[in-house]
Amino acid sequence: MTKEIRLAKQKRRNQKIAFGVFQFTSYTVVGLLFVILSFIVIKGISVISWEFISEMPKEGMTQGGIFPAIVGTLCLVFGSMIFAFPVGVLAAIYMNEYVKDGWMKKIIKQMTNNLAGVPSIVFGLFGMALFVNKLEFGDSLLAGSLTLGLLVLPVVIRTTEESLKSVDDTFRQASLGLGASKWQTTSKVVFPIAFPNIITGLILSIGRVSGETAPILFTVAAYFLPKLPTSIFDQAMALPYHLYVISTSGTNIEASRAMAYGTALILIIIVLISNLLANALRKYFGKKVKMN
Amino acid sequence: MLSSAATSITVVLIVFFLFIEGAGVFTKKPIEEGFLLVVHSTNPIQKLEPSQVKDIFDQKITNWKQLGGKNEPIVLFRTEDITEFYSDEELGENFEHFPAKIDEYVSKTPGVIAFFSDKYKAKNFHGKELEINKIKIFEFLSGEEWFPTAQPIAQMGVKALIYGTLWVSFGAILLALPIGLAAAIYLSEIARKRTRNILKPLIELLAGIPSVVYGFFGLVVIVPLIQNVFGLPVGETGLAGSIVLAIMALPTIITISEDAMRTTPRAMKEASLALGASHWQTIYKVVIPYSASGITAGAILGIGRAIGETMAVLMVTGNAAIIPHTLLAPLRTIPATIAAELGEAANGGLHYQSLFALGCILFLITFCINMMVEFVTNRNSHKKH
Amino acid sequence: MHKIESKNINFYYGETQALHDVSLSMKENTVTALIGPSGCGKSTYLRLLNRMNDLIDNTKLTGTILIEGEDIYAKNTNVDDLRKNVGMVFQKPNPFPKSIYENVAYGLKVNGITDKKIIEERVITSIEQVALWGEVKDKLKKSAFELSGGQQQRLCIARALAIQPSILLMDEPTSALDPISTSKIEELIYELKNKYTIVIVTHNMQQAGRVSDTTAFFYMGELIEYDKTKTIFTKPSQKQTEDYITGRFG
Repeated sequence: MTKEIRLAKQKRRNQKIAFGVFQFTSYTVVGLLFVILSFIVIKGISVISWEFISEMPKEGMTQGGIFPAIVGTLCLVFGSMIFAFPVGVLAAIYMNEYVKDGWMKKIIKQMTNNLAGVPSIVFGLFGMALFVNKLEFGDSLLAGSLTLGLLVLPVVIRTTEESLKSVDDTFRQASLGLGASKWQTTSKVVFPIAFPNIITGLILSIGRVSGETAPILFTVAAYFLPKLPTSIFDQAMALPYHLYVISTSGTNIEASRAMAYGTALILIIIVLISNLLANALRKYFGKKVKMN
Repeated sequence: MLSSAATSITVVLIVFFLFIEGAGVFTKKPIEEGFLLVVHSTNPIQKLEPSQVKDIFDQKITNWKQLGGKNEPIVLFRTEDITEFYSDEELGENFEHFPAKIDEYVSKTPGVIAFFSDKYKAKNFHGKELEINKIKIFEFLSGEEWFPTAQPIAQMGVKALIYGTLWVSFGAILLALPIGLAAAIYLSEIARKRTRNILKPLIELLAGIPSVVYGFFGLVVIVPLIQNVFGLPVGETGLAGSIVLAIMALPTIITISEDAMRTTPRAMKEASLALGASHWQTIYKVVIPYSASGITAGAILGIGRAIGETMAVLMVTGNAAIIPHTLLAPLRTIPATIAAELGEAANGGLHYQSLFALGCILFLITFCINMMVEFVTNRNSHKKH
Repeated sequence: MHKIESKNINFYYGETQALHDVSLSMKENTVTALIGPSGCGKSTYLRLLNRMNDLIDNTKLTGTILIEGEDIYAKNTNVDDLRKNVGMVFQKPNPFPKSIYENVAYGLKVNGITDKKIIEERVITSIEQVALWGEVKDKLKKSAFELSGGQQQRLCIARALAIQPSILLMDEPTSALDPISTSKIEELIYELKNKYTIVIVTHNMQQAGRVSDTTAFFYMGELIEYDKTKTIFTKPSQKQTEDYITGRFG
């Protein structure tokens, strides 16, 4: 009997220790997030001002603002989205609504997964070989946008597919049963229901695109440009590349530290906003669907 | 229809361009374009391996005998050495006599091996041009030195880079896996629903922060920390890379393992608890074995991300292309090499192509990793049916 | 003294009250059947007896449950020990993805028994107890999933018996089985009665009639009637019970 009591005690103690460790670790991970965020916020907040986001860099990028980098990143986000969004959404619709299960679907799925796993620097190499050199776009917004577009394509396809899958089959059957064609059903019934989720996915991928550095290194990014890009064949500055440059190889790394903190903070703010926006949209649309 | 094939086409195109450019490394001579390697006309040697040329110029091989030639000490000659033998007047004001003088020097030095630009090659040159063998794939993979702009012979051994990549990635997983698993267990099995609903989005947010920001954080916080803690001359080390990568891999590992654990049927957990097993025993005897393949997939995917990660690693590992023996030394990974060097490599040149060959290696590694993940998850779904 | 005694049980899932003031006691070595339409609270009640409902967030219990005279919801109760004493068999057979042998040995191992000989002895006895030995003795190392549904369920009963509980809770143990397997399990319950106190939730009234000594009829979270099984099935005192038994609803 005493042995059993001892065993039971031991069992309880083991559990207590294990759970304690797990809880501690989880909070450490979240704590880490806060350390990183608050470190950059604290160091960067004093740098951010209207001047910082609206002016050109000055004095070898140790003074002034990061306006051209912000503009460049916005152009890249926009450019990659107008490519990736329609292609990705159409691909997902076609895959989910039209292609029957079989080897073809399997292959396309597999390829999409593989593309999602390709390291971003390989996209950079590819973009340079195809868009910059082969198609002779040169280092340009066009080449950079297309490269980034290809990078987020699997993300867009996946989120769209998941949204389409979550649409209950009864909606499709109801529409088809009323004599609507497959395309009418897809475009008038399925797509509108799935749309909120698709948009959420799109916003999240904006966060991803704005932070990617490796794919734009050799396709568009410029170290420093005194003027804004005027056409899609121009080079541009971009926030993540700017942060990389001024924190590792600027003319005066120490003097541009403040600029670097500010740039990092702006990048984080973009990601936070896109996350919050996506969550808010999800909630908003979620309520609307429930009310109906 | 066409758009659904977009991803497949892209993959095919990536493979095509990467491998076309990358293959150039093995079809071109590893000597800079427009340059010659020349020996005395009586020298019986016709052809040399790239590694032999390197050893000659490193003075590891000092006699032609070692290469199967005559017993004759090797005399090295580079273009700039000409000033040691001829005065400025002899060479001419605009170096117009360069070709003639080089020819003269080569002709009178039987043991010479000369490396110079072909614009200095005299019209009726008396020396003999050496054939240089192309780099073999095996040499490329096993070579220990990465110095693609070295003269006279580019050194393109990727072993150090592969080692660097693997060291950093495995270091990262070693750090991230236990932490990630613990957090996943806590989130899926122990935490209350409300706690979970707060913590999970926060951890996912960790995945959204751009890698360059992590790199920056590593550079200004972790690198100095490592330097101080270990008393190192520089803090940019493999360890710094591993830590930054571990932080970046955490969300992937946590999210995927947590999802896998939550697929454990409730009935299994209840059966275990009903037998008097404690909650913790149920977790490690039922939940973890049941979700093992999902957890494995998460870990492999985490390694894949780490291997392919560029910017953060580039910023904190110090980028020394040497085979690492400790994580406390600077090292260099494949992606970081591409990012750091492609900007300086001339389009279409050997250096450029060698970076594409690195891209091929990277692509193949991540491709294999994807396949492994696929395999592990498929086997799992098979088991459950 | 009663083996299981529950007094004034109220149980809530969040805002919804699932049990209303249920008081119910069971004698040692009897079979009690809990019957009633789905959602009537019979399974909820059963799962209170080994604190299986603890796993669900946001629940609340008032009232007391005594097993062998001890309050199982008291602060110092060791839940693991409670569950060791109160075995449970579930609706669907739920063997672990392990070998047949390991399934039965699991409960012994998690309760700290390390002696291989004792484990083996208990595994064999338990499998014999559920009349499965002849069918599985040659494939103890094979996965439990290779057994038929009925065999799996008997294995699950063996698994529960191996840790030598004194009470056995059964939550619709035959609902997922064919008639032949069902009758085998019913026979088994009849035999086990001598050694265990059994509480069985069932949808099947004939089954309740065949295996149980006493029957409790639940409706909308309330205990409507509790009596000898014979009485319940022949002359129930409540109209609702009669309606249910005669198949007017449910």
